[in-house]
Amino acid sequence: MNNSPTPNPAPAIDKVRAGLARRRAAEKRFRAYGLSGIILGLAFVATLFLSIISQGYTAFFQTEVRLPITFDPALLGIPANAPDQKALSTADYDALVKHSLAELFPKVTQRRERRQLSDLVSGGASFELRGMLLSDPSLLGRQVEVWLPAGDDVDMLMKGHFDRNAPESERRVKDNQIGWLDQLTGEERLVQRFNTTFFTAGDSREPELAGIWGAISGSFYVLLVTLSLSFPIGVAAAVYLEEFAPTNKWTDLIEVNINNLAAVPSIVFGLLGLAVFINFFGLPRSAPLVGGLVLTLMTLPTIIIASRAALKSVPPSIREAALGVGASKVQTIFYHVLPLAMPGMLTGTIIGMAQALGETAPLLMIGMVAFIVDIPQSMFDPATVLPVQIYLWADSPERAFVERTSAAIMVLLAFLIAMNFTAVLLRKRFERRW
Amino acid sequence: MNANREVLCMEPELTETPIGVATPVTPTTDTMPRRASVGRDVRNTVGTITVPNPRMEARDVNVFYGEKHALKGVSIDIGAKEVVAFIGPSGCGKSTFLRCLNRMNDTVSGCRVAGQISLDGSDIYDRKVDVVPLRAQVGMVFQKPNPFPKSIYENVAFGPRIHGLVNHRNELDELVEASLRRAGLWEEVKDRLDQPGTGLSGGQQQRLCIARTIAVSPDVILMDEPCSALDPIATAKIEELIDELSQNFSIVIVTHSMQQAARVSQRTAYFHLGHLIEVGSTRDIFTSPQHELTEDYITGRFG
Repeated sequence: MNNSPTPNPAPAIDKVRAGLARRRAAEKRFRAYGLSGIILGLAFVATLFLSIISQGYTAFFQTEVRLPITFDPALLGIPANAPDQKALSTADYDALVKHSLAELFPKVTQRRERRQLSDLVSGGASFELRGMLLSDPSLLGRQVEVWLPAGDDVDMLMKGHFDRNAPESERRVKDNQIGWLDQLTGEERLVQRFNTTFFTAGDSREPELAGIWGAISGSFYVLLVTLSLSFPIGVAAAVYLEEFAPTNKWTDLIEVNINNLAAVPSIVFGLLGLAVFINFFGLPRSAPLVGGLVLTLMTLPTIIIASRAALKSVPPSIREAALGVGASKVQTIFYHVLPLAMPGMLTGTIIGMAQALGETAPLLMIGMVAFIVDIPQSMFDPATVLPVQIYLWADSPERAFVERTSAAIMVLLAFLIAMNFTAVLLRKRFERRW
Repeated sequence: MNANREVLCMEPELTETPIGVATPVTPTTDTMPRRASVGRDVRNTVGTITVPNPRMEARDVNVFYGEKHALKGVSIDIGAKEVVAFIGPSGCGKSTFLRCLNRMNDTVSGCRVAGQISLDGSDIYDRKVDVVPLRAQVGMVFQKPNPFPKSIYENVAFGPRIHGLVNHRNELDELVEASLRRAGLWEEVKDRLDQPGTGLSGGQQQRLCIARTIAVSPDVILMDEPCSALDPIATAKIEELIDELSQNFSIVIVTHSMQQAARVSQRTAYFHLGHLIEVGSTRDIFTSPQHELTEDYITGRFG
């Protein structure tokens, strides 16, 4: 080798080798950046889930008190024989609870103490008793053991959110109340049971009576309106722009504006909805219909952009093949292009829907932030939605609303995860079919 | 170890080389007496462009892609039940011209076609002409096999269905079978008609595309380099098929392989930079070309 005269003092391969270590180092460095990015992201997600779940899981349980309740007509203040429906529904059921507690704790006589005693049981207990008697009037005059929700302070104490050993003046549950609670626990009259109220009730000022069903129904109607408007409109717009529209300055302008709309802050859509749908068209305030319309405006750009991308990704050879055997443009699109683009369109739509499900700001502008106890029965009833409910509860001072806020967030996240999972499933299924 | 493997890899090549050597590549064309009589700078079409019984007649066809003048004054006839091959270097306009024949160029934005192309005497670029029946009459097979991502049956059934060629399921079944038989694919796929067409091999896919095209009974079949993505065995099958189909259809085939043009076609047209340089019977084109450009191309001296 050395004998032959080389024109180049350092052959190319030596230069390559010299740079090799540097290249490898760069590669390693880059991989490390990516990996650390992923680890950081996962850590944040894990922290989020951990904090929400640890704060919120107790909301799925509710402390309940078992009381011997006598449906005594005299206490209720109604006639003993065949009272009519109106009498039953306006009777004094609070008296039943108070009477029952007084019998369990005969030593409590002072007025102040008796009020403290009745605070152990939720103010909503009377509604529950009324419901029982209305559905089964034969209970009148009989004594039954009934599980009633405990007050929210008792609930917090039993779950350990209030410190028993704190000085009495800094504690919402006083010493004598703790004594009664211990007695009730000893008699197996105080247990934590699954909190069905949380999933079946509407909003309430009393945490132990508050539930998310009203917000879930509201979200359902809102999303129903959003989906049934934004999917067909979005797909039609995308198909027109991608397949039919001529390329000129007008379509360029439309394209730029659609992309701009996707970046408009969502609260602006809320203002638009307030001005157009409520003030101009006179649609009802706080109604899921208006919420759905506003979220449709917000979701449309997302769906159009995703659908156009899906249409663009259909190989042109498929279009040529269909046109080549004499299919018209519409036949080509409906038989071949749309089915192939559908998975992508569905993914875009579900992502848009998930975005709409989590949206709060525009709904504040159209009055969906009101305190609404009743569960909406149609898209015209006043309603609120899950994220707004979370916002409302997060604002409430009661300690018991803290865990309910986290629990509602868990439910919202569960819905979002379920939607994304559906998107993946749908896509898989469609792709297998073709 | 590595060295051994390399040697093993070499073996098939070694066995093939004698064949390659045996084919008479003419390295000494420069010294051979020149037979072509028309000079390289002449751009008029040499040879007979007409046939006694034409299906399609193209006259003075010019194509523009925006500012680019892609096809310059092409005139040629496509006869009934004959195979015409378009040859020429890449970018010479042969595919562009092929796509003019069933107006597939309509789908290309910025593409403008001037001149006259008629099918059985009627102008296909007339304002009143609907491209749907035109493309049913002038079918097309593409360079890359492009079956629909549907079942084999659906691939063939699509055309007849959208054109309303059949009334009953039974008729459709028969038509699908007949088309697959004519494409020489029936025996291979008859047990798996419900399987996706994209699961077939490349050659089978291309024959499926041919079956799809002939299912609508076109008059003319355009083939745009139908074998360029296939191996020699699949290519041989397609060529055989073209030969059979030419008994019933007029076929126009664009090809980069001169051997293929020589094997399958009766007439050959040579394109060069947008001009149709020479048309003639395939035998004449390959044995005694009139134009020097044609001769350069077929003798492999085109640079």
